[in-house]
Amino acid sequence: MTELAETHAAPMPSLRPRLEIVPILLFAAFAAAPLLAMASGAEGYVLSLLTRVMIFGIAAMALDLILGYGALVSFGHAAFLGIGGYAVGILASHGIEDALVQVPVALAASALFALVTGAISLRTKGVYFIMITLAFGQMLYFLATSLAAYGGDDGMTLSSRSLLAGSSILESDFAFYWVCLLCLLGAYAFSRSAVASRFGRVLRGTRENAVRMEAIGFQPFRFQLMAYVISGMLAGLAGCLLANQAEFVSPAFMTWQRSGELIFMVVLGGLGSLHGAIVGAAAFLLLEEFLPELLHGLSFFLSEEARAHLAENWKMVFGPLLILIVLFARGGIMGLLRRPRHG
Amino acid sequence: MNATLLFVQALNGLQFGLILFLIAAGLTLVFGVMDFINLAHGVQYMVGAYLVAAFSAWTGSFGWALLLALPSALAFGLLLEVLVFRHLYDRDHLDQVLATFGVILFLNQGVKFVWGAAPLSVPVPELLSGSIEIASGLLYPVYRLAIIAAGLVVAALLYALVNHTRVGMLVRAGASNAAMVSALGVNIQRLFMIVFGFGAMLAGFAGAMVAPILSVEPGMGDNILILAFVVIVIGGIGSIRGAFLAALLIGLVDTVGRSFAPNLLRLVLDPAAASQTGRAIAPMLIYIFMAAVLFFRPSGLFPVKR
Repeated sequence: MTELAETHAAPMPSLRPRLEIVPILLFAAFAAAPLLAMASGAEGYVLSLLTRVMIFGIAAMALDLILGYGALVSFGHAAFLGIGGYAVGILASHGIEDALVQVPVALAASALFALVTGAISLRTKGVYFIMITLAFGQMLYFLATSLAAYGGDDGMTLSSRSLLAGSSILESDFAFYWVCLLCLLGAYAFSRSAVASRFGRVLRGTRENAVRMEAIGFQPFRFQLMAYVISGMLAGLAGCLLANQAEFVSPAFMTWQRSGELIFMVVLGGLGSLHGAIVGAAAFLLLEEFLPELLHGLSFFLSEEARAHLAENWKMVFGPLLILIVLFARGGIMGLLRRPRHG
Repeated sequence: MNATLLFVQALNGLQFGLILFLIAAGLTLVFGVMDFINLAHGVQYMVGAYLVAAFSAWTGSFGWALLLALPSALAFGLLLEVLVFRHLYDRDHLDQVLATFGVILFLNQGVKFVWGAAPLSVPVPELLSGSIEIASGLLYPVYRLAIIAAGLVVAALLYALVNHTRVGMLVRAGASNAAMVSALGVNIQRLFMIVFGFGAMLAGFAGAMVAPILSVEPGMGDNILILAFVVIVIGGIGSIRGAFLAALLIGLVDTVGRSFAPNLLRLVLDPAAASQTGRAIAPMLIYIFMAAVLFFRPSGLFPVKR
């Protein structure tokens, strides 16, 4: 954990608010996308892909709050996606379909789970922390697989998206897209202010040196736990949105592989910059989406059969690509952007 | 009736625990010596199972297949070490988790590429098929007993190797203080290659042994990897003894819990609720157990002193 703090120091944000080009471009792109989607003719596909990107952006940003700013490697963050998703699914199956009820319930459940598991996990350090968060994630995963009344292994299909104050406006993909964008913006603004506040500075201080923070009169544990709870709640919100987007909830929301993917998104984007987590989520999902076609396109020199075979086994390229990114692109995508050009 | 059932479940738990130990041993040493989190250790178990499936289809004999699979698993582990892992030693845990995650994706897809997505089955060797009566009226498959025996033998060999040989001494020393061992003039890099290759072979052996009783399929290493991590974290990272005891505990908790949780709950709940809650709790038991252990002993049951 100490190495983690040393290798990926997040830049100290200046105290004055300043305009940053990357997040502005990012959100402008998200805002402009529906117009482009209409023009492209495949609007359903583009919208659903970008909605997914935004939802995972929220989840990755939530993880970045504790991973990038607190150096707490949570390997069970997909559990919160599951809590959010199941809150929507379970409430809907009992006839409570309004997001104004579902979302607060999901947030409360996420907060409670984060409070209990965080209080236990934060007693441990380093690898033990990684593993205990993983264990809690697995507990929830197996709990979900055993919920026979709510689909068990197979998960449950939602009959429709959540209502919003009684109206079924979210059925429209456009409206849902805007709601997700609003959630993303809200989560971003909230996280930015949390990180820049005294709370955020104590959290960063704890990442650098917990003993010293304790010596100057803070209780690192409380701040870390608070950050863990906030992070869990944001990820829970992402879970609500994900369930609505897919109109389906299943234990697959919270496999440990999914938790690994979330960590990957954060690192891919660049640790410790909130918009970096969104960029990372976008890069990860777009890569996952387009790599098969890209491979098919690039291997024009092979026979048609071999090309199809290659596209089908795109994960054999994706895996090594992840390794290469870890080995050679330190600081993630944001690190590449930030780095001054050589020569 | 209940006592015999308990006995059978305990045997199953022992067998599962020993398999877990074979996987966890390599993991805990790699972790202890090089402070390296290898998520790809589970795919080495999978590779062992696939190798034995391929070789037994080729030679028609499980024994020959096992003999061929072991050195192949060793070679494969060393190949991975040279290609990927050695570039990650001086990186932080996060990078290691991610890069080895990439290895998992690659290899899970890789075995699909080579052998197809459908599960393979490996026939139980003729010599060890059938069941024997271990108590009056209680039949138990010979092959499972063979797994238990093989696991115990390997565990004993490993114990002797680690505790009574020079290499073992260096490994133990490396696990408690790698920097010191390196300062004393030991090539820690080479020591690690030995540990790593050996660990890969043990995991491959575990995979090969269970191939006849499980289906050999892509991703089969993923969940067992998590269990192996649970084992080494409970046991105390770097401790072979801890891994052994924790593996047996986990094996017993899991197997016995699955069959007895509903019965135990029946004491406090009505039967229908008990069986439902029991089924829900059983798979979570080991994780609850792990959380409880870490709550009281944050660095495991047998922490290696540093």
